[in-house]
Order: sequence, then C-alpha cells, then structure tokens
Amino acid sequence: MLGVTLLYSWQGILVFTTAALLILVGAIGVITLANPVHAALSLIMTLFGVAVAFVAQSADFLAAVQIIVYAGAIVVLFLFVIMFLGVDRRDSVTVDPLVGQRVLAAVGVLITVAGLITLMARSHWVTGAQSVSTHGHALATGSQNVKQLGTAIFTTYLFAFEATAALLIIAVVGAVMLARRERVPDPEEIDV
Amino acid sequence: MNVPAAWYLVLAALLFGVGAFGLLTKRSALIMFMCVELMLNAVNLTFVTFARTLSDVGGQATVFFVMVVAAAEVTVGLGIVVAVFRRRSSTSVDELSEMKG
Repeated sequence: MLGVTLLYSWQGILVFTTAALLILVGAIGVITLANPVHAALSLIMTLFGVAVAFVAQSADFLAAVQIIVYAGAIVVLFLFVIMFLGVDRRDSVTVDPLVGQRVLAAVGVLITVAGLITLMARSHWVTGAQSVSTHGHALATGSQNVKQLGTAIFTTYLFAFEATAALLIIAVVGAVMLARRERVPDPEEIDV
Repeated sequence: MNVPAAWYLVLAALLFGVGAFGLLTKRSALIMFMCVELMLNAVNLTFVTFARTLSDVGGQATVFFVMVVAAAEVTVGLGIVVAVFRRRSSTSVDELSEMKG
C-alpha cells in the first residue's frame, strides 16, 4: 500500500477516495433508505461524487452539466413527483413476495460485477489506440475542455445533437400528455 | 498524478452492481427509476475514464448524449408513474398485474 501511495500523488488518491465514498455511500443509501425522499437526497450525494470523479478526469463541462441537469433538474423532478403523489410512506422491507428474490438478485449481481472486473483485469483494463484528434496530448481541462467538447459535438456528432433536440421535444410533449388529467367531456359539448 | 483508470473502472462496476441490485429488489417504481439513474451514472463514469485514458473527447460527447436521453427517460417515466398513480393510488409495481397470463 505504501508503494501505491508513493507511485500516485496523495492528491489524486485523496480525490479518488472522496469520490468513491460519496458514490458508494449515496448508492447504498438509495437502495436501503425506506423513505423515498431520503433516497432521492441520497441519490444527490452519489451524483455529486460522480461529478467529483468527472472533474478529476478532466471532464469539467460534464461535471457542471451533471450538477445542473442531474442534481438540479432530475432529482428535483423526482422530489416533485414524490411530494405530488404523497408516496412518502415506507416501502416494506420485510415482506418478500417473490420467494428468494433478494438472494437471487444478490447472486446475479455478484456474478455480473465479478465477471466485469475479471474481464477488465484480464484485458489490461484499457485497451485501444490513443486518439489522434488531440495530437497525442492529454484531454484539455478547464475552459479548454468546453471548447474541445463543443467542437466535437458541433462537428463530428452534429446529427446526434440535432436528434437529441427532437427527442427532448417528443419527451416533453409525451410527458405532458401522460400527466394531463383526463377531462370527462360534457355530453352537451359534443356536437357530433 | 492521477490514479490509474482501473480504480475508476472498479468503482463504476460496483456502482452499477448496487444500482442493478436495487432495480431487481425494489417494489416502488420511483426507487426503481433512481436505481436506473445509478446504473446510467456508472456507465457515464466508465466513458469518462476511457476518454481520459485514451485522450479521446468522443467518450465525453457520448456521456453528454446519455445525459440528454436520461433526462428524457425520467420525464416520460415519471409521467407514466403519475398516470398510473391516478388510476390505482399506488406506485408499487407488484400491483400492476392486469397483463399476467
């Protein structure tokens, strides 16, 4: 362990440990806390941890988007729906309607995660060629990261970017249609 | 200066596992959505790690699009939850059994 500490700077390890703690404690909170409001707040903790990991890996713009879109919009939407529906009563933890569901799920997840980690470890974690678009340099940080990512999105990925615009409009219209209260038509209003 | 990519990849795998376990065991549709968000974030973390290691900004662009799709998915999903709740005053997925064969 000492060798590891000397090999990588203590700042890097400190940032990683902070992010890992935030992520894992938050994630375990999401699946263990019985009150949905607490689970949503725990989810925010995980999202902040992921944002820390993004900053540490020179994805500054995505870290900002992570906070604004995920913590600022998606979790607020969750909380809004939880309060709107009034479903803050506790999810029963003791009843297990499907026999052995938790055990089977745990076994399946353990096999999946162990398989993933083994596969990655056996294939030297990261394989593939270094990108030529950055001319052999590391990815830019700070405002240069915004420039780099923006250039990629508005040139190479322009079609996907336009498609997401259509997707968002469709999603918003769909959500409004779904959540709209069904109006029972007055018989006198119907002409035909 | 930075820690190796392997550490972040293992962290992302663990986060994915926690999310998958919650999705498989929870009854409340809302909590299940939160678990899907956990899994999406695990994959995003993997993409960013690969982008950093291979110096390829394409990984970050993919994460950007994943975030947009996640936002759209949550909007529609929560709309469905609200619509279902109107009819049956419950968000438990166990009670949605009309289509059982």
